[in-house]
Amino acid sequence: MRARPLRSAWVLLAAALALVLLALVALGAGSYPITPREVAAIVWSHVTGNVERATADAVVWQIRLPRVGVAMLVGAALASAGAAYQHLFRNPLVAPDTLGVSSGAALGAVLGIFVGAGFIAIEIAAFAGGLAAVAAVMLIAARLRAHDPLVTLILTGIVVASLLGAGISLLKYLADPYNELPAITFWLMGSFASASRTEVASLVPAVAIALVVLLALAWRINLLALTEDEARALGVNTTRLRAIVIAAATLATAASVAVSGIIGWVGLVVPHMARLVVGPEFSRLLPAAALFGATFMLAIDTVSRTVAPIEVPPGILTAVIGTPVFIALLAGARRMF
Amino acid sequence: MLDVRDLAFGFGARRVGSDVTFSLAPAETLAVLGGNGAGKTTLFRTLLGLLPPLAGTLSLDGAALGELSPRERARSLAYVPQQHVPAFGFTVLEAVLMGRVSLIDTFARPGHDDYAAAHDALATLSIEALAARPVTEISGGERQLAMIARALAQQAKVLVLDEPTASLDFGNRARVLDEIDRLRDHGLTILFSTHEPDQALAHADRALLLAEGRVLALDTVERALSADNIERLYGTPVRLVRVGDRRFACVPSR
Repeated sequence: MRARPLRSAWVLLAAALALVLLALVALGAGSYPITPREVAAIVWSHVTGNVERATADAVVWQIRLPRVGVAMLVGAALASAGAAYQHLFRNPLVAPDTLGVSSGAALGAVLGIFVGAGFIAIEIAAFAGGLAAVAAVMLIAARLRAHDPLVTLILTGIVVASLLGAGISLLKYLADPYNELPAITFWLMGSFASASRTEVASLVPAVAIALVVLLALAWRINLLALTEDEARALGVNTTRLRAIVIAAATLATAASVAVSGIIGWVGLVVPHMARLVVGPEFSRLLPAAALFGATFMLAIDTVSRTVAPIEVPPGILTAVIGTPVFIALLAGARRMF
Repeated sequence: MLDVRDLAFGFGARRVGSDVTFSLAPAETLAVLGGNGAGKTTLFRTLLGLLPPLAGTLSLDGAALGELSPRERARSLAYVPQQHVPAFGFTVLEAVLMGRVSLIDTFARPGHDDYAAAHDALATLSIEALAARPVTEISGGERQLAMIARALAQQAKVLVLDEPTASLDFGNRARVLDEIDRLRDHGLTILFSTHEPDQALAHADRALLLAEGRVLALDTVERALSADNIERLYGTPVRLVRVGDRRFACVPSR
């Protein structure tokens, strides 16, 4: 059965190459167009340290590179977290925000905007809100000691997210309609427009830690796709493994949502596309999902900032692409809850 | 090798069964019979450590089962679920490899030995041809054999099968039961539950009859599965008809 691993190695190589080419195009695209060849020369000049201080260099290196980096990191993070969650919940139709991470992050950010906090403080509030929401869901679900821990987790996630949604609505209602309300609305739509080196620096460690943990446990995570009884009878400490996977996926998702706002569909649709190509085995699925996610998000962001005179929020584009893909997925689904 | 003494089992305050005592000898097949809700599955889940026992003792080769880690327990006891419902299309080989998890380090992947054991298990059940097929695209009977292969790859001495033929057609039932016979001949100790007295008579050495969570009979199959006992167990009169030398058919006589 060497056929699949060999083929998936080629798939990963091709996906990595496509991502590099797309990044060269993305770095050149915009209101100040630069050819991919020039982009490559500029990137190379930074590698060799022989930098020419020109406008093109500033545009590529100072303005577009952080944005391209954030889009790739967020795409990789959401798709990896989605793939992990889909294994964990034995369901190809769950997204990384199933346990309330997006709602928690949104409430944190909205609260930050409401009290007039600075930019960095809003991002920190969003990150903390996301982590706190998932922690609350985990604690409540563990206290319930129900017969089926997975269904309990999902239902607790839905309940907590709806309470957090009520909190967001309350703050929107109370917010100043001329300054705060538009800021809240735009944050909730999601955007990469604010991406800078600070965002890259805050994303890299969170996404790296999450990916390293998931990759280290990748083969074992396959066992979570069995029923609770089967996995435990095979000798897996499912409670502990599940908690570790949820922690890693939540870290990556919360860090992403904190810098880019809520961008739906990526964590739901991209893992499915990866599964179609390399199969469900998680040590192959995870790198494929991360690469596909980075490519998908970068393509979306590049289109969203170049297709029209004003930026189209990327969440709108992912929904336009995600909805038909999801319906196709439902039509082909063999088994659902 | 497996000793169960005065066991009470259930879910917390809800006691499903009690005073269950039996032991399994090496290379023996014990069939567990009982009506719906008699507690067969709950008993098995308790033996496998999926539910804490409410009272009594469970030991394996003299060691208390409760003191073993999930990993150690999995090396001694393998479980074949009533029906494996796959969430994703893992290949049969990938699914069988998962049986090796108790023998693989936490951060490791299956190595050469693990692949060898998985292929051996597939060969034992003559389903090597299925190795690359997704578990979502094979028949229920093939999937049940794949789950038995997974339990074999686990290399435990005791195999626990929960109604292994419940969802299978007539031909697949016979096939799975024949494989169970062969595994016993290979020296495995087997515990399986069934709703068919015929199956126990043909494929088990002893039978344990469970009625409302208590042991109604525990004896060789011929003695435990008398027409009287079967009638008491299921509440319907039956007749045992001899078929050939050593086989019986159990038919309702009303």
